Amino acid sequence: MSVDLRVNLSSLNLKNPLLSASGTFGYGLEFAPYGDLKTLGGIIVKGISLKPREGNPPPRIVETPCGMLNAIGLQNIGVEKFLEEKLPLLPEETPVIVNMYAQSGEEFVELARILDKAEKVAALELNISCPNVKKGGVLFGQNPLLAAELTRAVKKVVSKPVMVKLSPNVTDIKEIALAVEEAGADVISLINTLGGMAVDIYRRKPCLKNVFGGLSGPAIKPVALKMVYEVCRVVSVPVVGIGGISKVEDVLEFMLVGASAVQVGTANFMRPDTLFRLVEELPLKMKKLGIKSFQEWIGKLEV
Amino acid sequence: MIQEGLLCKELEVLEVRPIPGSPVAHLFLEPLNLPFTPGQFVMLRPKLWEYDPLWPRPFSICDLNSEYLQIFFQVVGKGTNLLLALRPGDKVTCWGPLGQGFPVADRALLLCGGMGIAPFIALCKQHPHPERLKLLFGHRLPLEVYPWQDISDKVEKRASRQESEEELLLFEEELRESIWQYAGKGKIFACGPHPFLKVVHKYLVESKAQGYLSLENRMACGVGACLGCVARTRQGLVQTCTKGPVFKAEELEL
Repeated sequence: MSVDLRVNLSSLNLKNPLLSASGTFGYGLEFAPYGDLKTLGGIIVKGISLKPREGNPPPRIVETPCGMLNAIGLQNIGVEKFLEEKLPLLPEETPVIVNMYAQSGEEFVELARILDKAEKVAALELNISCPNVKKGGVLFGQNPLLAAELTRAVKKVVSKPVMVKLSPNVTDIKEIALAVEEAGADVISLINTLGGMAVDIYRRKPCLKNVFGGLSGPAIKPVALKMVYEVCRVVSVPVVGIGGISKVEDVLEFMLVGASAVQVGTANFMRPDTLFRLVEELPLKMKKLGIKSFQEWIGKLEV
Repeated sequence: MIQEGLLCKELEVLEVRPIPGSPVAHLFLEPLNLPFTPGQFVMLRPKLWEYDPLWPRPFSICDLNSEYLQIFFQVVGKGTNLLLALRPGDKVTCWGPLGQGFPVADRALLLCGGMGIAPFIALCKQHPHPERLKLLFGHRLPLEVYPWQDISDKVEKRASRQESEEELLLFEEELRESIWQYAGKGKIFACGPHPFLKVVHKYLVESKAQGYLSLENRMACGVGACLGCVARTRQGLVQTCTKGPVFKAEELEL
């Protein structure tokens, strides 16, 4: 039995549904020694802003049971350096999706215009869900009107597909999903990290300098799965599942509840060849389950 | 730019050797068939670890030869307790050697604090002229628990134990004198806990010595992606795992 791994995200055709999650895969190149980047469904690079950002002061990561908290604060080299130094080194064969962060609508639009002109950028991911920055980030993602307004403004100036990454730190994620779909989002990805905190009783201090951080890893998978399931039931655009995925079984779970593709994040920190191994293991698991293509699997959960 | 041959390898545990009555132990794994520079590190994640601990753990290479990869570690938490429980034949996923090690030095003064002795074991073994090395070792536990005998007697080595505040202050003074005396004569390398490095850093900068410090910041990925292990340098916050762990003293802001 041959297995067809291809999936589509709007106009973007992927050779498999395995994408790296922004902020966990650097600019892609960091992982090149551990596998062939050409085999990945897509590479979503670290959140990029107009100007370089230093991020939050350390300590900014802490391990928690089956997960971790981070408060990196979107440290990145800025769009100019990214386009000059990183993008040309990434393989042609794998779509590069740029996660973008800005503090205002105007900045988002300006950044989107720049990235839209870069030939090698396949799509844009709008980060309206980062919990670790004071301005922008999740403030856009917690208000359906702002989220929609921003999506519309970006869509107006770009020709590439726009994916909007949602925050789980909201009352009703479906509401935000519907708002950005209505505003023209081509793809919706979810979930970003859950707000969290860790304290050190011996020092009487928070473990993170930023006090709060975003929780990720296998610990959040059930929460993510529920939200992906709920959103898939109300929107018609493709959904990309994110949250604690580290095994092929997790990939198939997210797709069964309706995701067209997935992003693998924190599992890249568990070992740097995680994504490459998933690419190899996924067709084997599909064969075992008798799945010929994802058309017969995506959203086919029997409830 | 891209380092060939790193990959993740499954290495068999050859031996776990706890030092009785102490919180330290040696882990011997099948060797990695790769060259390394003392000061470089490896990431280890036992196959048995599923989700908790989640992260691999970084360890300085204490020795790596055709027979084994040696790690010298202190049991401090859940991860290192689980390392101590490994048995011969268990598999450990390993990637490395990673990061920037110590530069080549014909003559060097090696300053180590406690577990910071680890990279200097390999450095002393590999050095073509150990008689040109000088080593000063400050430690809290009895000297026998450390691999002190693994350092050739050709190295001009001196150990001093600190069990009290006063002894720590005396050692600080000893560090200051050694650094000022050695400045201009060769490179000075240091590895140890943060308070120790802070003291060494201060004197290195004051004396304008050619100094290098190895940092031991907490890491998640070890490959430069998570940005969790950043150190403050003149260039801003940079990854300890890829730009370090060994940094030029004058570059660092501790």
